[in-house]
Amino acid sequence: MSLHVAFDGITKEFGPVRVLHGVGFDLHPGRVHGLLGENGAGKSTLMKILAGYHAPTSGTLSIDGEPVTFRNSRDAEKRGIVLIHQELSLADDLTVVQNMFLGHEIRRGWLLDDRAMRAQAVEALRQVGFEGDPDGKVRDLIVAEKQLVEIAKAQLRNARLLVMDEPTASLTPSECDRLFGLIDRLRRDGVTIVYISHKLDEVERITDEVIVMRDGRFVARAPTAETPRQRMAELMVGRELTDMFPDKHIPALGKPLMTVRGLTVPGWAEDVSFDLHPGEILGFAGLVGAGRTELFEGILGLRPRSGGTVEIEGRPVSLRSPREAMRNGLTYLSEDRKGKGLHVNMGLRDNLTLMTLRHHAQPLLSPASEDRALEHAVASFGIRGNPQGTASSLSGGNQQKLAIAKFLEPDPRVFVLDEPTRGVDVGAKRDIYFLIARLAAEGRGVIVISSELIELIGLCHRVIVMRGRRVSATVPADRLSEEELIAHAIGTHTHH
Amino acid sequence: MPSAPTPTTEARGDRAAPRKAGRRFDPHRFGPVVGLVLLLIVGTALNPDFATWDNLMNVLTRTAFIGIISIGMCFVIISGGIDLSVGSMAALIAGGMILLMNALAGSVGSPVAVVMLGMLFALLLGGGFGLAHGYLITRGRIEPFIVTLGTLGIFRAVLTWLADGGAITLDNDLSDAYGPVYYGSLLGIPVPVWVFLAVSVAGAVLLNRTAFGRYVQAIGSNEQVARFAAVDVDRVKLLTYGLLGVCVGIATVLYVPRLGSASPTTGLLWELEAIAAVIVGGTSFKGGEGRIAGTVIGAVLLSVISNILNLTSIISVYLNAAVQGCVIIAVAFLQRRRP
Repeated sequence: MSLHVAFDGITKEFGPVRVLHGVGFDLHPGRVHGLLGENGAGKSTLMKILAGYHAPTSGTLSIDGEPVTFRNSRDAEKRGIVLIHQELSLADDLTVVQNMFLGHEIRRGWLLDDRAMRAQAVEALRQVGFEGDPDGKVRDLIVAEKQLVEIAKAQLRNARLLVMDEPTASLTPSECDRLFGLIDRLRRDGVTIVYISHKLDEVERITDEVIVMRDGRFVARAPTAETPRQRMAELMVGRELTDMFPDKHIPALGKPLMTVRGLTVPGWAEDVSFDLHPGEILGFAGLVGAGRTELFEGILGLRPRSGGTVEIEGRPVSLRSPREAMRNGLTYLSEDRKGKGLHVNMGLRDNLTLMTLRHHAQPLLSPASEDRALEHAVASFGIRGNPQGTASSLSGGNQQKLAIAKFLEPDPRVFVLDEPTRGVDVGAKRDIYFLIARLAAEGRGVIVISSELIELIGLCHRVIVMRGRRVSATVPADRLSEEELIAHAIGTHTHH
Repeated sequence: MPSAPTPTTEARGDRAAPRKAGRRFDPHRFGPVVGLVLLLIVGTALNPDFATWDNLMNVLTRTAFIGIISIGMCFVIISGGIDLSVGSMAALIAGGMILLMNALAGSVGSPVAVVMLGMLFALLLGGGFGLAHGYLITRGRIEPFIVTLGTLGIFRAVLTWLADGGAITLDNDLSDAYGPVYYGSLLGIPVPVWVFLAVSVAGAVLLNRTAFGRYVQAIGSNEQVARFAAVDVDRVKLLTYGLLGVCVGIATVLYVPRLGSASPTTGLLWELEAIAAVIVGGTSFKGGEGRIAGTVIGAVLLSVISNILNLTSIISVYLNAAVQGCVIIAVAFLQRRRP
């Protein structure tokens, strides 16, 4: 039932560019392998070769000792190899059952055998602990449920090797727990798992061994139990990591920069009040669906509000669009970088200056002036990549730095970052943390919405926890701990 | 934090490089030019009359109507929209301005003044129709395809009703005063060609060198991202349709003196020719990116085809639309993106 994979001297070139330089290692049956590396290290390319999406330029891929050539992902699926994509690949308008059999429908003559498909799907869904409606549209599922559907779908194909690329990127702690339980069960059933994640605490918790790649090369492998997180990070980055987080300089609480009172966004947030002070980094913790993102979309005027007041620098404001928010000194960088943050098909410069084009118009746009802005942003935010390329040519971390630079161009007094380090490698994460601290030190108010508790604890001066649309607690810096935040987020906190 | 050159940086720099190299032959940019040059060579080889100044000016003059509309259409398509009504709109504007001019002829003394008022009316009417489209699309949240499919029928039906099924004809003395707008020329170049040139240059500047143009591209590339980046999406979209309406008005102003009448067949299928010119010119039908120069070349290319068919007898002129259709499909094939 298990399956042994060996990479030997795998290289991959895209045009003149070599992204894999002779990678060789084995994946052992029935084990959970953490595949680590910064963005651009070649992990995803290698896994796409394994799953039949790319062909290697040279080198051999062997399954159970026999060299194989996959022409496409269906070939790989036939050998039991399934890749679960970072951006989940389900069709929103089809039902759960229809998605699970997409391209592999069971037929009776010329017609689809819906009853047989449904029965098999329901059984597979039950095994992974999916509790939603198998006949509901995938559009209506939350991310965690979609992931379970993907895994159930892989099970239907008798997956013997499962590649999971950043599976917990948008899961809450309890959803993660459920996923880890499932991974444990799959391993006991003899399924080989490759687990790609930037979250080293997860890697430490669920993998048997870690394999590290850097710059398209295999760097090291070691049993997880013998590799502390610090060491994993150092192997990935290829240099010594000093502390991940900047020192906290908690500002004296004076007059607040932003005051929110009794704000209600129907269906998402109820009676939310908080203050943000100049120089403060205020965190927002909570489960996915607790209403954090929607609260701020409501403040921005992107969702209807039914009550409450917002004041920025003492002025009452009633914002109707991100444009009005910007004019009042508030900008918001969405968690959805590709869908709401950056025009990935546009150039770096056009992305950077989009919010402040008026500054570069005299009245015709001045490319020279825009180029100066880009040069300045590249230098001060450490954006690495080809300045003439499109935003999509940048690595995740550099895209995020560009996005941060873009939303800082209007020089906001209040800057809201939603999941600022999602899909970002360790080195860039650290850069972003220090950048956020710098923004606060300049006297701005910074709000960080995050699902990564370590990030909130390491970075924030105060953390507001939301649960079920309401603020359940405000935790000061000296009481920040994972246990405390989780307890407030899921509602098991008892007062001391 | 200046970016220190680490091995990682170099590796990433490499990766961005092939994209740039790929631009050296970008079919979006050069395909239409190459096609036009080939057609010009073919035309010259087939008939010595083709490469004469008079014939080329004739082709450009005929291109002007569709060309000017396609400049406006280019903005709408780049922003991710579409307008199917422009041919019917041109017909209704033509009928409306002729009726107005005929009515004014009695009360306003100078025919020139009447014509000026008629032209102003045409531009205002076009702009108004365009803004109405934009309003229904942005505030009414109706798909642009549906809105303009509806007005395509409405505009032409109203014109047919106004003309009582026949033609609306401009009074003779007004025709004489209006004639030079189509038949006149300046420095040997016909007036419509000058206007086409002016609209093209203005369009190119507007698209590439103003905030409005950048917003149009940003909205077409990803509307949500533009909204979050504080772009007033509805206003920009509204303006693209208004702009297209004005372009239709300008084209109509140039077209009316040619025949001096408007009938139910005026401007028939112009919408398809204008859209074809934009697409042949290398603008992505999905929006986000496009070029004015390409659109101009696309429009010229399509009318050169029909000119060559007219001048030669290899392919029947009745097959004009078929040849254009083949060109459109061939260009789209060359410009398709790798999956």
